[in-house]
Amino acid sequence: MSTEPEAVQAVRNLWWCGLSGRMIKAILVFNNHGKPRLSRFYQHFSEDMQQQIIRETFQLVSRRDENVCNFLEGGSLIGGSDYKLIYRHYATLYFLFCVDSSESELGILDLIQVFVETLDKCFENVCELDLIFHMDKVHCILQEVVMGGMVLETNMNEIVSQVEAQTKLEKAEAGFSAAPARAVSAVKNINLPEIPRNIKVSNLSPFV
Amino acid sequence: MALKIVKGSIDRMFDKNLQDLVRGIRNHKDDEAKYISQCIDEIKQELKQDNIAVKANAVIKLAYLQMVGYDISWAAFNIIEVMSSSKFTFKRIGYLAASQCFYEGTDVIMLTTNQIRKDLNSPNQYDTGVALTGLSCFVTPDLARDLANDIMTLMSHTKPYIRKKAVLIMYKVFLKYPESLRPAFPRLKEKLEDPDSGVQSAAVNVICELARRNPKNYLSLAPLFFKLMTSSTNNWVLIKIIKLFGALTPLEPRLGKKLIEPLTNLIHSTSAMSLLYECVNTVIAVLISLSSGMPNHSASIQLCVQKLRILIEDSDQNLKYLGLLAMSKILKTHPKSVQSHKDLILQCLDDKDESIRLRALDLLYGMVSKKNLMEIVKKLMIHVDKAEGTTYRDELLTKIIDICSQSNYQYITNFEWYISILVELTRLEGTRHGHLIAAQMLDVAIRVKAIRAFAVSQMAMLLDNAHLLAGNMQRNGICEVLYAAAWICGEFSEHLQEPNQTLEAMLKSKVTTLPGHIQAVYVQNAAKLYASILQQHEQAGDKKAAVEITQILIDKLPQFVQNADLEVQERASCILQLIKYIHKLQAKDIPVAEEVMALFTGELNPVAPKAQKKVPLPDGLDLDAWINDAPSESSSDDENTKKTIFHEEEQRSIRHRQPEMDEDELARRREVRKQEQANNPFYIKSSPSPQKNYQDASGVDHIPVVQIDLTVPLRVPGMPLSDQYLKLEEERRQQQRQDREKKKKKQKRDKKGKRRHDSLHTESDEDIAPVHQVDIITEEMPENALPSDDDDGKDPNDPYKALDIDLDKPLTDNEKLPVRMHRISEKKSPEIEAAPVEEKSKKPSKKAKKEKKDKEKRKSKEKGGKKHRKSYENPENEFAAPEEIIAPTLKGEAENEKPTEGSDLDFWLSKAPVQSKSQTESLKNEEASVIEEISETKEEEEAKSSKHKKKKHKKEKSKEEKKSQKKKRHSADDAPESVQNGSIDDELLPPMSSYFLLAESSFVKMTYDIQGNLQDGSQVVVSVIFENQSSGYLKSMDFNVLDSLNTKLIRPEGSSKHDGISVPFQLPPDVSNEARFVFIVESIVMPQKLKGTLTFIVKTDDGSSHEKLDFKLHFTCTSYMITTPCYSDAFSKLLESGELKMSAIKVDRISISFQLLLAKICFHHHFSVVERINSCASMYSRSIQGHHMCLLVKMGDNSISVDGKCSDSTLLGNLLDELKQTLTESC
Repeated sequence: MSTEPEAVQAVRNLWWCGLSGRMIKAILVFNNHGKPRLSRFYQHFSEDMQQQIIRETFQLVSRRDENVCNFLEGGSLIGGSDYKLIYRHYATLYFLFCVDSSESELGILDLIQVFVETLDKCFENVCELDLIFHMDKVHCILQEVVMGGMVLETNMNEIVSQVEAQTKLEKAEAGFSAAPARAVSAVKNINLPEIPRNIKVSNLSPFV
Repeated sequence: MALKIVKGSIDRMFDKNLQDLVRGIRNHKDDEAKYISQCIDEIKQELKQDNIAVKANAVIKLAYLQMVGYDISWAAFNIIEVMSSSKFTFKRIGYLAASQCFYEGTDVIMLTTNQIRKDLNSPNQYDTGVALTGLSCFVTPDLARDLANDIMTLMSHTKPYIRKKAVLIMYKVFLKYPESLRPAFPRLKEKLEDPDSGVQSAAVNVICELARRNPKNYLSLAPLFFKLMTSSTNNWVLIKIIKLFGALTPLEPRLGKKLIEPLTNLIHSTSAMSLLYECVNTVIAVLISLSSGMPNHSASIQLCVQKLRILIEDSDQNLKYLGLLAMSKILKTHPKSVQSHKDLILQCLDDKDESIRLRALDLLYGMVSKKNLMEIVKKLMIHVDKAEGTTYRDELLTKIIDICSQSNYQYITNFEWYISILVELTRLEGTRHGHLIAAQMLDVAIRVKAIRAFAVSQMAMLLDNAHLLAGNMQRNGICEVLYAAAWICGEFSEHLQEPNQTLEAMLKSKVTTLPGHIQAVYVQNAAKLYASILQQHEQAGDKKAAVEITQILIDKLPQFVQNADLEVQERASCILQLIKYIHKLQAKDIPVAEEVMALFTGELNPVAPKAQKKVPLPDGLDLDAWINDAPSESSSDDENTKKTIFHEEEQRSIRHRQPEMDEDELARRREVRKQEQANNPFYIKSSPSPQKNYQDASGVDHIPVVQIDLTVPLRVPGMPLSDQYLKLEEERRQQQRQDREKKKKKQKRDKKGKRRHDSLHTESDEDIAPVHQVDIITEEMPENALPSDDDDGKDPNDPYKALDIDLDKPLTDNEKLPVRMHRISEKKSPEIEAAPVEEKSKKPSKKAKKEKKDKEKRKSKEKGGKKHRKSYENPENEFAAPEEIIAPTLKGEAENEKPTEGSDLDFWLSKAPVQSKSQTESLKNEEASVIEEISETKEEEEAKSSKHKKKKHKKEKSKEEKKSQKKKRHSADDAPESVQNGSIDDELLPPMSSYFLLAESSFVKMTYDIQGNLQDGSQVVVSVIFENQSSGYLKSMDFNVLDSLNTKLIRPEGSSKHDGISVPFQLPPDVSNEARFVFIVESIVMPQKLKGTLTFIVKTDDGSSHEKLDFKLHFTCTSYMITTPCYSDAFSKLLESGELKMSAIKVDRISISFQLLLAKICFHHHFSVVERINSCASMYSRSIQGHHMCLLVKMGDNSISVDGKCSDSTLLGNLLDELKQTLTESC
């Protein structure tokens, strides 16, 4: 039962109390060991601070049971703030949004599901490895869902079609020259360490 | 050269790409840092190369490292390089990295302005999209100002994908550049009714967010949102709107009344939990804002509470949590309806989920009554014991204190119980809230006079046992409690049972390990205690004991004199000297107790925190006036010398005075001061008002103290003290009840009539008499204090304050967004021509020039605005083109709206609430008719200002619209709406291509499309697709045209006008790719053909050969047109202005459907449909130079007639010819 070090407290205060016009303040994806797989901050933090925030939120989230609610209040834990952590846990990954009161809590929960289902569709049975090796594509997908901290699109088909159109455009640009690179990459991918292949996107009943 | 590129691409294969980097990091788990630093070195090498692909590869790796926690800001410039690549693949990588690491403080960000503008106006929608996304992450005030106009233009882009992004990003622009809000707002408002639901949702999103911060400016939008609410089926949009109404209702209670019906309907009907939840939330907000006098609404509240109960009972923890959250909002205004669900909430306290327990705790606060307080707190105390984790326990602790102390201890009937609870709480390990407990102890002991004896006995016990807790107290702040304990024991020492023992406890050597401020209190109160003991002994005539006690102090105090804390040191040495002096007097047998006591006489009263602020300003006192004459600046030297003299004097006098301070002197002075205070009307002292006069009104003796046998050991093993009190209290209440019942029986015998009323068995709060008539001393306030309570000021640093802008005021001329334009500023200020060169070296001058530019722009724009009705050919007008249509009409609208707006809202609000039983269908209709009525009344007003023709026209139209809307509403398809914006090419139509064949040979086929540049009125972009039709490899392609006087190809700097442009790619067999070429056009009224040649090398297995292909680029007038949506009122204004030339064509033998025909005109000739009625449609488009082009297309039997109106007749003629050709071809 040691009290928190002051530094952590300071981070918390900065992190929660900063004023900014963001409805979604950050989107984080990390695995069961707290390794970041995607981090998207809609407010500027130095890299060190970002890592501290990831660590801290991981600690907050990871010690919660599976069958408790998916909301965590920064506010009442730390002292009067507008922000909430909303997360979902899929197999090896935590998907976590930090949002303010202008967003509907249940809406964000559904949005996480939409995001994950979109990933599942774009990667065909998404697993942690996909996120590890294709950070750029994950970002590309996320950009079609959330823009600058605001919800952009909630319709999965629309998101998927925009992402695919962009992938197609890239493929057309790369054309012939990319083929050998793809081949080399395929060869390199042969010996990959064992990691659970699927994050099991279950069909949750939507709130929205 | 070519070889180098090929070699580069082969090398690239073996460069480390992102996947390799990730793999490498995973394989070097032991020396990750070392491996990464190695990689960063490699990346630095890669960034130095010229090949953009290599650079992009390096940048994407950096973006990954950024996520892992490495600072990559050093590569900011390289990131910009990659951003400016012409290939989408690399551009996207660049923007991704930029959005990860750029922020307002990034200095190179100002270099990106032009690049971003270029991307925003790119003909490729994904270039634009990626730029918007990136910009949304790092927009700065400068970028916002420079790009606001470009983004605003994009809000009317043909592609919904771009429109929705542009709408969303406007919010960021507003935040960074608040001046843009007013000019952009009308268009934003339009987007609320965009045919694309994504765009609509984005607009709702932005406006809701704006309104949440400054609701009053958006009240006038309420009817529009109401319409959306009753018509939208998108739950996301509904949630946002409903949330917004929650923010608006406190400002306009009538709105709330109007809302209740539809909201309750939604609550009943929706199956979406999130929507249900938000509806309940807003109904709560509405009910809070309505004054309580409303009947009927208890039903709504009941409905809410009922629904919330269902949520709380749900097995889904999320719903449970939210249910509790919403419940707490109801609690504030309707505590009664929540209190009936106490069982459920207490149950939630046992939930395994901490978040839920915390929410339940919040609710408890409002649920306590005199009756159940002790019971609830007991339950909480059990939780405190069980709780794991300090945070939750601390939360429990603060909640217990909050619950008990709320509204001036309203619910506490037994303060002895409360004190014992506080004492029990001190046994908590590791709590951070020692000071809270201490504050409570002090507050209660000071304000509840009757409790002092008990409090003192408890505090004395705490002091005695301090050593038990001292070990862990040091660390965790519970020792703050000792501060309170020591003070209470000292101040109210007359109640102490064994003062000697307490004094010794306070002087233990262990005390010196406590924090300084607590020791200081110990020392001071030891002196108080000493004084009272001394007095007791002297009165008893026990001189020996008196000397003994003095001796103890003389022995013990020196340990404090050597304390590290200055405060402790000072107090200890003062008191030590005093005691020594007393010791001397005692030796001479002089009684001193009286005088020592005099040191500490007088009651300390609590003073309200706001007391000082509330002292009224006496008449005739001007706080801002100089007391002395204002010091003249010239006399500063004199001042100095005076000061030093004065200073020295004072020091001397102080030194002089010090030794004189003796006891008598002190007493005398105190007396004098008291006298002064008594005469001073501004000194805050206890007022003789009957309420506060506790001193003589209720002495301790008069209070019927409960029978507590203090001789019983205070701690019964196995049972905490507070439980005993709980038991005692219950017994007491039982007793009371019995007494009452007896009385009642008596009464009953007297009056049998009142039986029913009396026999109600529930015990209300008022029935419970407190143990003793506790008089809670209210905090002191100055006499005739000001009643103002609004002293919590707003945060001056609130970034949203800047957006508190009145949006209903008409726009003024200087409020337009800064628009970039070259020619005019160059003409007017030749010195700017040199600017681009200087810009890099001189930043400040750049800014100044920019301002100047802006000013000029504005000036010329005003001019343009005035002239704009007279002549559209005015070349000065070009730059204002994107705004021309919308700005003036909106201005007009705003002006019209302003005087009527208030009354419109009133009118809307005063309408009787919509019938509850009406289905959504009729609801919609009614709403629509309300809106139309409003618009009709508006029109009538306009009609007075001599616009008869238009009125007629419009009314007819709106009626027709109404009819057609009603007809189509049932089929619920959005086809008619989508036509309105000309975006039908996206749907249900055969594929069309705007690419025409340019030239073809056996080697290569070229197709092209020409698009006007939205931003620059003089540029068109020609996109050419090159398709390799040979079996060889095409390379070194060179594209060249022969410029005409009117039309010129833009070539890279430094090349002559005869040089070609090399096509930036090579083509393997059967591969095609697109390249873009920009042309400058002077006049656009005539179509034009340019001759050109493509030269290239064909490389086959047999060898390579030079080839060429001639072509003719046809710049049709159509290619200068830009699809621009136009709204029907703006369109009719345009037609009425009478400045447009007219012309007509007719085409026979048309066999295709009208729908397809319109689609073709839209697609091939860049028009948008303004309105379509049966087989008649009005269409609109605009040239890159701002010519308006209006068409009326009528479909007859097998023929089609097109009437055109345009500000330039030549352009119109040519365009109609082209149109005719398309139509004949297609039929």
